[in-house]
Formats: sequence, C-alpha cells, structure tokens
Amino acid sequence: MSQPHSSSNAEQRPSKGGAVSDLAIELRGINKSFGPVRANRDIDLKVRRGTIHGIVGENGAGKSTLMSILYGFYTADSGEILVNGQPAHITDSRHALQLGIGMVHQHFMLVDNFSILENVILGAEDNALLASSLSKARKELKRLSDEYGLSVDPDAIVQDVSVGQQQRVEILKALYRGADTLILDEPTGVLTPEEADDLFRVLNVLRDQGKTVILITHKLREIMAITDFVSVMRQGQMVATMPTKDTSPEKLAELMVGRRVLLRVEKGSAHPGKPLLEVKNLVVADDLKVVRVKDVSFSVRAGEIVGIAGVAGNGQSELLESIAGMRDQLSGDVVLNGHVLSLEGDDGAHRARLAGLAHVPEDRQTEGLVVQFEEWENNILGYQHDPAYGRGLLDIAAARRQAEERMHKFDVRPANPRLKTANFSGGNQQKIVLAREMEQDPSVLIVGQPTRGVDIGAIEFIHNQIIKMRDAGKAILLVSVELDEIRSLSDRILVMFDGKIVGEADPATATEGELGLMMAGIGADGHAARSGAGAGPAHAVGGDQP
Amino acid sequence: MIDFKRHLGALAAGIGAVALLAGAALADPALIYDLGGKFDKSFNEAAYNGAEQWKKETGGTYHDLEIQAEAQREQAVRKFAQAGYSPIVVTGFSFADTLNKVAPDFPNIHFVQIDSVVDQPNVQSVVYKSNDASYLAGVLAAKTSKTGKVGFVGGMDIPLIHNFFCGYKEGFMATNKDGQVFENYTGTTAAAWNDPTTAGELTKADFDKGADIVYAAAGASGLGVIQAAKDAGKMSIGVDSNQNYIAPGSVLTSVLKRVDVTVYNAFKDGDAGFKPGVVSLGVAENGVGLAMDDNNKSMITPDAQAAVDAAAKGIADGTIKVHDYNTDNQCP
Amino acid sequence: MSARRPLPRWADVALLPVLNLVLALIVFSIFVLLIGQNPLQALAIMINGAFGYGEGVGFTLHFATSFVFTGLCVAVAAHAGLFNIGGEGQAYVASLGAIAVGFLMDHTVWWLVLPVAILASMAVGAAWAFIPGYLQAKRGSHVVITTIMFNFIASSLMAYLLVYVLKPVGVQEPSTANVVAAGKIPQLRQFFPWFGGAPLNMTIIFAILALIGVYILIWRTKFGYALRTLGHSPSASLYAGISNSRMIIIVMMISGALAGMVAVNEVLGVQSRIVIDVTAGYGFVGIAVALMGRNHPIGIALAAVLFGALYQGGLDLQFYMPAITRDMIVVIQALVIMFTGAMEGLLRPGLESAFMLYSPRQKADAVARETVGTES
Repeated sequence: MSQPHSSSNAEQRPSKGGAVSDLAIELRGINKSFGPVRANRDIDLKVRRGTIHGIVGENGAGKSTLMSILYGFYTADSGEILVNGQPAHITDSRHALQLGIGMVHQHFMLVDNFSILENVILGAEDNALLASSLSKARKELKRLSDEYGLSVDPDAIVQDVSVGQQQRVEILKALYRGADTLILDEPTGVLTPEEADDLFRVLNVLRDQGKTVILITHKLREIMAITDFVSVMRQGQMVATMPTKDTSPEKLAELMVGRRVLLRVEKGSAHPGKPLLEVKNLVVADDLKVVRVKDVSFSVRAGEIVGIAGVAGNGQSELLESIAGMRDQLSGDVVLNGHVLSLEGDDGAHRARLAGLAHVPEDRQTEGLVVQFEEWENNILGYQHDPAYGRGLLDIAAARRQAEERMHKFDVRPANPRLKTANFSGGNQQKIVLAREMEQDPSVLIVGQPTRGVDIGAIEFIHNQIIKMRDAGKAILLVSVELDEIRSLSDRILVMFDGKIVGEADPATATEGELGLMMAGIGADGHAARSGAGAGPAHAVGGDQP
Repeated sequence: MIDFKRHLGALAAGIGAVALLAGAALADPALIYDLGGKFDKSFNEAAYNGAEQWKKETGGTYHDLEIQAEAQREQAVRKFAQAGYSPIVVTGFSFADTLNKVAPDFPNIHFVQIDSVVDQPNVQSVVYKSNDASYLAGVLAAKTSKTGKVGFVGGMDIPLIHNFFCGYKEGFMATNKDGQVFENYTGTTAAAWNDPTTAGELTKADFDKGADIVYAAAGASGLGVIQAAKDAGKMSIGVDSNQNYIAPGSVLTSVLKRVDVTVYNAFKDGDAGFKPGVVSLGVAENGVGLAMDDNNKSMITPDAQAAVDAAAKGIADGTIKVHDYNTDNQCP
Repeated sequence: MSARRPLPRWADVALLPVLNLVLALIVFSIFVLLIGQNPLQALAIMINGAFGYGEGVGFTLHFATSFVFTGLCVAVAAHAGLFNIGGEGQAYVASLGAIAVGFLMDHTVWWLVLPVAILASMAVGAAWAFIPGYLQAKRGSHVVITTIMFNFIASSLMAYLLVYVLKPVGVQEPSTANVVAAGKIPQLRQFFPWFGGAPLNMTIIFAILALIGVYILIWRTKFGYALRTLGHSPSASLYAGISNSRMIIIVMMISGALAGMVAVNEVLGVQSRIVIDVTAGYGFVGIAVALMGRNHPIGIALAAVLFGALYQGGLDLQFYMPAITRDMIVVIQALVIMFTGAMEGLLRPGLESAFMLYSPRQKADAVARETVGTES
C-alpha cells in the first residue's frame, strides 16, 4: 500500500496485501538493559499514521535508546516492533529505511562541500554511473520539494546554505529514500524562531500528505504547538501518552520530572544600581582573524540581568570571551568596576577575575572544566592562585573540603569530590561550574548558555541561582540561544546579529515575533539588516558548532 | 611443538656457560669494533675481513663484539680480558682512553690499538700515515687532472679525516701550485659515514665548479662519490680498501689503509709474536699506498706514474715530509 | 556498539605493560629460533647479564640513571601537552655545562662538583630547550619539528666545538681534555667492589631525587596543576587565566633541564670528558621510557631499569652467544618499544573484555556510562 507519492523504493516494503493497520509504528513491551541500568522498561507506544507524535523526557529518560532501537542501532532485549501492523525485526538503519523509517539527527550528517543534490543521493546511488543517477534524482528531488513545500536549490553547496536549509536537506534525504515515518531528534535546537516556524509548516504538510512524524524534543512549547499526540518518558518508562489538546506544559513537566515544576521563573522587579560592566566600542576577531564583534557598546548595572539574544554564531561567543579576558579585542575597552582590562599577555582571564568578574563559559566541556580532572581539581580552576588552596604547594585537603561543601550547597550528585568530572551528568557538571563561579562572590557574572544540555529539574535550580545573584546586587550578563530563557530571566534584552547589537527590548512587552525578526537581522521596518541575511548564521554554524 | 625439557636443560646450560666463559682462559684472539659496527664498509669491516682471512687460512677461532654505547667500551674490553682472550684488537681511536685504563689491570693480556697511540707495556699501537698515502693521491690527481681543479669529500668533519685532506692537498699543490682543491664533508654525526646521497651531491657540486677528480674519504658515503663520478664521466679516488673495481675506468685509484693486514698479522703473530710499542705504517712499510691494478692501468700515464714513484721514494727516504694535521690541528 | 570498561588501574599500569613485554619477548624468541639459537638460553643470559651479578646490576642501573632523566624530560613536557623529542640534543649540549664545572672545580672536592655540575648542566639543557619553547609559544612553530631540528643543530655544534675548539692538540679523537681530580664523580664501585667495573656513579642520587621532584611538581604544586590543565585542555587553561605561552616556555625549560642531567652521569661519571655522541641515543630511548612508564615517575623508574637491562643484558648476550649480533639487540629494543609504546593498545580490548567477563558489575557500569554519553 504504497502511497501514490512515495518513491521508487516503496515496493520493497513488506506491507503488501493484508489489512492495513492505522498504526504506522507500534512498540510492545520493549525492554533494553545495559547491565543493571534499565534504559527502557516495558515500553508500549502506538504512533498513528498521519500524525505528529511528540516524545518528551529528561536527559537519560530513555528517548534516545528507544529511537535507536526503532532505527536499528540497538536491538531490544525483549519486545516487539510492528511497522504498518507487520512484525519487524530491525537489524540496522538500512533495514529501518527499507521499512520506511527515516531519521533526522540532531547533528546533520551532510558532506559540507557537496551540493544538495549530491548529498541527497549519497549512499543511495542506483548504479555506478553517477550522471544517470543525478538526472533521475534531480527530477525526484524537484517532485518532493514541490509536494512538501521543501524548496531547495539542488546545486547549492551545503556549506553555503543556512542551517534551516541544511535541515531540509536531511528531511529530503529521508523522503528520497522512501521514508513514510520520520523521526526528528531535537530539530529546533539550531534554528532561529523563524526557521523553526518554517520547519513546523513543513511537518504539517508532511502529516497532511499522510506521512508520520515522531518529534523528540525537550521544548514543551513546541509539543503544544505542533503535535497531535504526546508521550512522556521518565526513567526508562513510558509514563503517559495522550492527545496534545488534553494536556498543558505544566502537566507535561510534572510528568517528566515526577514532581511539580515551576516553568515560569519567579522573580521580583530589578533595582539596578551603578554600571559595573561597561563595554565600549568593542571590536573582536575570532581565531581565523574574522571580525565577529563589530563596535559593540553597552553596560550592565548592579542588580540587573542583561540578556543577549541571537542565533548561535553571531558574535556572542567572541563577545563573552573578550569580556572574560580570554580573547584580545582589536579595539575598544572592557571596563570592570571602573578598571579597564589591559591586553598584556595571554592570562587576561586571571586579571578579569582579579577585577571581580566570574565567568560561566558557554562550553563547560572544553573551557569551564577539565573533564579528565577529579571534581575538586575543577573546583579551583581559574582560582588556583588563591592562597586558600596553599602557597606553591597545593593544599589538596583544603581544596577537597571546599569542593565537597559546594557540592552539597549546589546539590551536585554524587557529592564526591574525588570522582572524575567526565562521569558527572551535564546538569551536575554545569552546577560544578556555577558553584565555583558564584561562590567567589563576584561583582560581575557573565553566563553563557547556562542550561545547555541540562535537565528541567536542574534548569529550575540554575535559574533561581542566577536570580539570587541579581538580587544580591551583582551585574549579570546572560547569553543564550534559548529565547525563552532570555525572556524569562532578563531585565533587559539586547539582540545581537552579525556582530552588532541590532536592538534592545523590554522582556515584559516584546513579543517573540519581534525578537525573532531582530535575531534574523530584519529591523522593525521590515528591511533586512544586510543582504543575504541567512548567510551569516549559516557560516557561523559551519565553523563554530561543536 | 617445543621440547620443554630440552630447553630447560639449555637454560641451565646457558647459565652454566656464563660462568664457564667468565673463568676460562682461552688464548683465542678477540676483536672489538667501534660504534660504527662490523659492517660499516670502512675500516671496521676491513678489520673483520682480516680476521676472517686469518680464520680461513689457519682454521683458528676468534671472538668479536660490537658495542652500543660509549659506556660499554671499557666493559667490553674488560670482559674479553677477564675471559683470557689475547691478543685483543680494538679498532678506532675512541678506545685509546679505555685501553689506558684497562691494560694496566691485565698485564698478561696483549692489546692492539688501531688508529691511535696508547703508551702501555702490553699495548701495540698501530697508526697509519694516511697523510702520506693521500699525498701520493694528490700527486696523481694533479698529474691526471685536465682542469687543474680537484675535489675532496670527507665523511665526518673530524681530525682523522682532516689528515687525509691535508696530505692530499699538500701533494696536489706540490705538483700543481696554481691548482685548486675543494674541501667538503658529508656531516657531523656518525650518519655522515653512511650518506652516499649527500656525498654524491657534493661531488656533483665540485664537478660544476670545474673539478674533474674527487677523492672520497668517507666510509660508505664514498660509494656516492664513485657513482656520481661515473655518471658524469669524471674520475674519483677511493679509500681504505681497493675500490678500483667498483667503477673501472672511472676510479683513478684507491688510497689503501691496510687495517685488514694489521688484524691478520696481529692474529697470526698471536701472543708469541706480540711486540709492544708504536707501529707506524707508512708508504715504506706498505701499510698505506695507492692501489694499482688492471682496472685503472689505462688511466695512469707514464708521467703520472713516474711522479708518484718519485714522491713515494721521497717520503720513504725522508726527503719529503708530509705534514701531520694532528701535530697542530692545522693544514699548511 | 560494544561497551567496555576501562581497565582497573593496577591492570592498566602493571599487568598490561608486563603482557606487552612478554609479547615482545615472544616475537624476539621467534627471531632467535630463526637464526638457530635457543631463545630460553638467550633470555637466561640476558637476565643474568642484567641482574645476575654486581657488575651487570651496576651497568643496568647506570643506563637506567640516564633513561630516568630523559624519560622524565619527555614526561613533564607530555603532561603539558608538548612532545619534546629534543632530549637528545639538550643532553648533548648540556655536557658543556657539566665539563665546564668539572674543569673549573677540578681542584675542589667531588661533593661540591656534583651539585654544581648538576645545576650547570640543567641550566644549559634548559637554555637549549628554551629556544623551541619560545618558538612554540610566541611563533606557533611546532615543538616536535623544532626539537628534532635542534637535535641536528646540537650535534653539529658539538662536533664543531670538539673538533676545532675543545680538542687538545695532538689528540686524534674529537674530545675535550680530561678532568682528573674532583671533576670525576665517584663511581659506586669505589665503595662497593661488588659493582665490578660498572660506571654507576653518584649521579643516580639525583635521578631518584628527580623522580620524587617531578612527582611533587606535577601532582602536588599549583604550578603542576596549571601544567596539567594546559596539557588536558589549552582552552580551559586560557579560561583559567593561565598564560599558556609562558607555561610552554617554562615547561620546555624544565624538560630540557631534566635531560641535561644525563650529561653529568655520562661526562663526569664515566668518560671524564666529552667525546663525540657521548649521549648517543639516550634522548630517544627516553621517549620509549616515558611512553612505557605512562609518564608517571614510578612507571618511568621501572621502564628505565628495563631499558637499562636491555642495554646491559644485550651486551652479555652478544658476548656469550656470538650468533646474536648487535643488530639483534637493537631488534629486541625496538620490539619492546613497539609493543609497549606504539602498539600498546593491541592487548587492551581483549584484556578489557576478559575483565568484564569476570566482573559483570563493571560491565554494567561501563554500558551505563556509554548510554548516558549517547543521550543528550
């Protein structure tokens, strides 16, 4: 029962004859253990054909394991998989594709310097003669583009197109291979709000044309906006499946965490004092000597949180690093507590700390922590000069004692300072960094991506800590690609695009739409801030993303 | 597969052998090579060839050893001395310091030091007047060269080789005082003895400067000189052993340093014929000289032959005194 | 996707190297069989030669002393993420410092000469390593390339000095004059005749001190903390306000200073003078020693003794088993380096699986960790 528009591979699917189930995918009693860790426990899941089905859950809840089983990466210990009502034993991803299951990974699997057309047919060439494959594929690609509203230029080189376009290529790849069911893993993480809206439009078209979409995300807002059904996983179990219209974000969050969660950050109004951090006409280049921060000026006052919104790769990282003393500016000044940061030597971060700055870096794995170290060693990272940790010789006992105290205070689990840092979860690693930086009692705190890869429960804790710092009279600069986070935490929002501050907004009044336009470089008057607005972020993603 | 019993037996035998060898007083001769190793295509190998020739002719046995580090020199000599080997021949000037320390501890053992002088009652020092032989090569080169320019490619840039160059230059200039000699060395490490590529390049450079004969005193690197000369249709001069046969018609002659003869004689004389003191082998003693054979006969003009013979006679009777670099670290 | 658990620490630092060593010996035995000799007998001679009598032990420890210095030289740099291949040249040039002190203080007493000579050769070694360190820190010239080049420069410089400047007139060998009195560091055989003719000398005390010192430096000081931060993650070190460029220069100098001490051991301890290639190969063996010793002082001490034993036992083997040439000894050294260094991972997967077979709990932990890693 191939759909009229499905591709040439459709005949291979084992759904010929027999009654067609209205379930595209059914999982029955799936179990998967890794030793004593039961990653999936008796999972039942029914995904109806022609629906968008969301799956939510915290990190480690078992979503990825479940999808890996469905896509053939893992084999379940027990349980049954039915595809279109037929039992299937999926052994690898090629097999999954034959069954019509396609996956769009969080990190794209594209060859950057190939054209879109070449990427689409890569690995699915009909025969050795590339030319004939290409011309056939071109027609097929055009048909798919038209049918699902996925317009792309087949001859564009992947690295030259925007992230949103690259994601379309991934979707087209799956469709070209005859996918009827598409699994999307955190698809909006790298997109601007506008691009995300585009994606949702496409997903709606796919559904309307009879395709099935499984959407894995941690953004409850997206679940509410786009899905028909939603399943919640917690600790390896499927705790609920329901029609989306019957639930609410609060209820979903509660199901995910197992307790009531405050999704909205509760904070009082700010009482800003004098400016503690001033950035004046700052110009900063990246490692390749490309200017990334272009004449940026702003200030952050005591007792306020200034949020910098923007799509990743628009100069926020370089801005943060420059303020933190890790990257020399080409011109302009960073003023901390009235001290102009000097440029001598490559230990600027040390001088910035002496001037009262604390820094939670964007990338805790490569900057904020040395993951090979034991936890207590990371507890002194950046403050190793402090005489509290000894003079010359390291006072290991003192450092461990302090580390353990902080671990208890910030609820880091397990609270064992001798454990290797790499063995802590993302949320706990982030708490280790936060504990270290906040406990210094700095006057200025700059924070990059405070909740990237962090569980909902920990997010709440981290947000509250940041608010607490503000209420204690610290000046806080927050950079995040999560617009929701910026909006809920900030007292003022600055929008950064292509290295410039393109606008300032009041979080109380600005709508997401307004901010989204600014983030895309389109001013209030509707003009693009510069031609080819999409190119900036696209390049940035090619170069900057881990 | 493996007969363990037999091997365990051998194991015990091995340990036994250690004890046995250490205590036994064998009167076999021994030979210790310098760091360059047994098969260096130069004088260590010449020493080996002399020992092998003795073995073949007399049916005797000898024991040899290659050291791996400076610190092992003394140990190696002591081991042989303790085991009672005699005479013990060591090749290379680097052993001189060691023999000065070890020889007094073993007054009944005889040592032969090649290429350096050790003043001990039980040591015979054999030195070669390579400057004399090189002088003859210089005379021959001057008489044969059509351009009046010749080259010299040394191995390692050390005094031993400087002495070759000085003699060569002196002989050449004495015959053709308007001529020119180009001086080159392949390197400063032990690798310089085994770098024919560099030696070949240096030779080509000399040819480009107008030279038509290049003298190689560079161990195995010299093969690069001979090859380059052959390829360019020019001439080369070999060293140590007779290398005329390598490229007949291109190798003008070879400056001989009869290390093989020395080892052969030392082994043959044994303890009975051992004579302490310095043996300086020059042209007169036939310890050094130029190789003349069928391979290069056609290249030697009667005039050149006469000049070489006259120089050899002069050196032998003392009327020609070839300067020794080692006396003042300088070439005249 | 098969999850494996990293080996228990004792297996990683002890069992694996021993198994790798056994593997190297097995392969060597095949070679020995091929040339028609008895491998067990060869092994017995080697072990007996290295440890069976006083002189053998003395030689083994003498070589080990030099290998400890060069091994630590490589290890300290490695902890900072730098690959210093220049220990050879640093040690060679440092011999100038050692001999200078030997001559200047020849009229004093050895226990004054020894510490001063150590300091002088450390200073010269550090100075020689400073240049590649500076070029890496300030100009980005890769330290691997520059240290290799500096080995050649060192050997050319030393050959020049020995041939044209330092060689006494009338001596044929390129070498300096000899120190004759206090400049000769006493060899232990003067106090313990058991050591026979072995050149083992007082410098070994400094090798032991260096092992302890490096341990304290790397793991117990703030400087070592900064050094390890740089080695694990240059970006984290930048974040922590550590001056990476200053750190690179200082670490290279410490590394060079450690290599420099070889000069005292060889020049004043054995030769009483500098001869051509007096440090021949020790710097390169140091790389293997550090690799095999996992850059840890205890491992380095053991690996240094092993390589000392290979040098010393190798000579005995050559002596008592004439069919075994020096080239065969080099082969076994190469095999040990290959199996314990380059192919160190050969047995690791199998050993890890073996451990998991006998310890299901560990297997579970491993898989759990891997699972957490894939969820994000």
